[in-house]
Amino acid sequence: MSILIDRNSKVLVQGITGRQGGFHAKLMMEYGTDVVGGVTPGKGGEWFEGKPVFDTMRIAVETTNADVSLITVPARFAADAIMEAADAGIRLVVCLTEHIPVSDMMKVVSFCARRGTRLIGPNCPGVMTPGQAKVGIIPAMVAIPGNVGVVSKSGTLTYEVGFAMKNRGIGISTIVGIGGDPVIGTTFVDVLEMFESDPATEKVALLGEIGGSAEIAAANYIRNAMTKPVAAFVAGRSAPPGKRMGHAGAIVDGGEGSADEKIQALEAAGARVASNPEEIPDLLM
Amino acid sequence: MKLHEYQSKFLFRDFGIPIPEGRVATTPEEVYDIAKAIDGVVVVKAQVHVGGRGKAGGVKVARSAEAAKAHGQEILGMDIKGLRVEKVLVDPGADIEQEIYLAITNDRGVGKPLIMASMEGGMDIEELNRDRPEAIIREHVDPILGLQDFQLTYIVSAMGLPRALWRPFGKIIRGLYECYAKSDAELAEINPLVITGDGDLLAVDGKVIIDDNALFRQADLAADRDTSDEPESERKAREAGITYIKLDGQIGCMVNGAGLAMTTMDMTKLYGEHAGIGPANFLDIGGGATPEQVAAALRIILSDSNVRCVLFNIFGGITRCDEVANGILTAFNEVNPDVPMVIRLQGTNAAAGNQIIDEAQIPNIMSAETLTDAAKMAVAAVQEIA
Repeated sequence: MSILIDRNSKVLVQGITGRQGGFHAKLMMEYGTDVVGGVTPGKGGEWFEGKPVFDTMRIAVETTNADVSLITVPARFAADAIMEAADAGIRLVVCLTEHIPVSDMMKVVSFCARRGTRLIGPNCPGVMTPGQAKVGIIPAMVAIPGNVGVVSKSGTLTYEVGFAMKNRGIGISTIVGIGGDPVIGTTFVDVLEMFESDPATEKVALLGEIGGSAEIAAANYIRNAMTKPVAAFVAGRSAPPGKRMGHAGAIVDGGEGSADEKIQALEAAGARVASNPEEIPDLLM
Repeated sequence: MKLHEYQSKFLFRDFGIPIPEGRVATTPEEVYDIAKAIDGVVVVKAQVHVGGRGKAGGVKVARSAEAAKAHGQEILGMDIKGLRVEKVLVDPGADIEQEIYLAITNDRGVGKPLIMASMEGGMDIEELNRDRPEAIIREHVDPILGLQDFQLTYIVSAMGLPRALWRPFGKIIRGLYECYAKSDAELAEINPLVITGDGDLLAVDGKVIIDDNALFRQADLAADRDTSDEPESERKAREAGITYIKLDGQIGCMVNGAGLAMTTMDMTKLYGEHAGIGPANFLDIGGGATPEQVAAALRIILSDSNVRCVLFNIFGGITRCDEVANGILTAFNEVNPDVPMVIRLQGTNAAAGNQIIDEAQIPNIMSAETLTDAAKMAVAAVQEIA
């Protein structure tokens, strides 16, 4: 078992005929993901690597019975694409797209909640269940199957930690990149809940960063409801207040969202917090 | 993108919110003309993107046009926290009976717009929130349905606003919500919203921040962008598609990915702080790390004269480290930096990448295997120079 995706997940790629969409769809298929087709309005009837391309999500879902969708379309079309997927009855939408306006995301997150669709992202690297399937851009080489659940706001930092774990023989049940935007579909707490009830996950690594209060909420959940051990790292201790550190959500504002505040909360909740991400494998041994 | 006070208030006016009938001046003579036309007490206010301009002497009251001109002379060209005042707003003085706070912002934790209102306006809202959070009324708006009338009644009754003002204040909340929603604002704030001696409402100061990601559909607002508070290096980086933020340490950092870039900064501080050494910048080079991108990023990092060492930290996932290594060498030959560089490549083809760096045998370039080693080597390199 694992969370969110496994080898039986049927995946559609929205934007499969685009350069990024096509490139990553191919890598996902090579990894073993069951990509059942793609959607690009106006290109219905074409084929991509032997898989059908549809004009709309509605027809694509009816035809393929897909339950997962990956969004790879540009920012100004992404909100619409997510809502189209939710409307078509998709269970899990993973959105890679960066730079979606927050006002769009607030509407989209509310819409997905009403449709019962889980959204991961936006501005995230996606989800990977090592050895089974990946939906997104997480490189195959960063993880081996195992019993540690990884949840993170960032891309390359996650690869770094997954790779350091792999080098020490520590495997991963599922990696979930929740994204670094201010408004996202799935939070740390949502993923921690899933890991807590997943029999395949025995320990959890949480990679947070400055900005917002999602890590504080995670600390509260860890203290109150989590039985599995958690190792954590929070990026941005050296970041000055009032400056956005690349991710739209990574900003210390009005004294809120600093790394030290989050580290203290996580430590107080019983999580083991690394001052250096290369120490995460030690904390999981 | 931050709007100036005058831009914010003129935007409010477009949404039916009453503001003082002031105008913007760039010379003392213009200040005089505007004050003369107002013919009464005026306030001359510096238009700069920093807080605390009042304390810095950037806001002055004048009782005559001559006095206003003198204030204009003093404030225009003034330096406030490193920013030169190019414009002043000349507003008629308001007859203040009471100051109210009203703002709408994105509540990121909840994923909904949040209206905040308080009868205790005028002061710093963060301070009020810390000391007496119960003095601020909070109401979330359903982002799909929008603001409903019953919510207006909730707000005005909960904050204890005099009943005579419920209707006009409700109109202002609605106007501010329209303004916030149609402008893709992250924040639309009126502080203070003044109740005048005549019982009228007036937005005396305003602040609007627009979501940068929505500027593609806010062409009018984007055209008025004032980038004078953005360091030149950050502007150049933005134009090159690189995210760069200047800091005040000595180790220039070049990293792929925002989270890893922050982490790399943190590591230089973790191992250098005891010696007063830390990161000179945040830099996310994005995906790919092509020779052109690396060269552009290297030039930007080296434009900071505090930089004593450059630390590359690239995790090759889809990108291959051997290609990145070649890119770095090409960029190195082009830019020819005179500071040592520590290069750490990890991930796909890392061994091949490091071999390329080592075989090039450039005296000033060292390769490191782990991030920990790389940060320690960079700190040592800075110490050696000092």
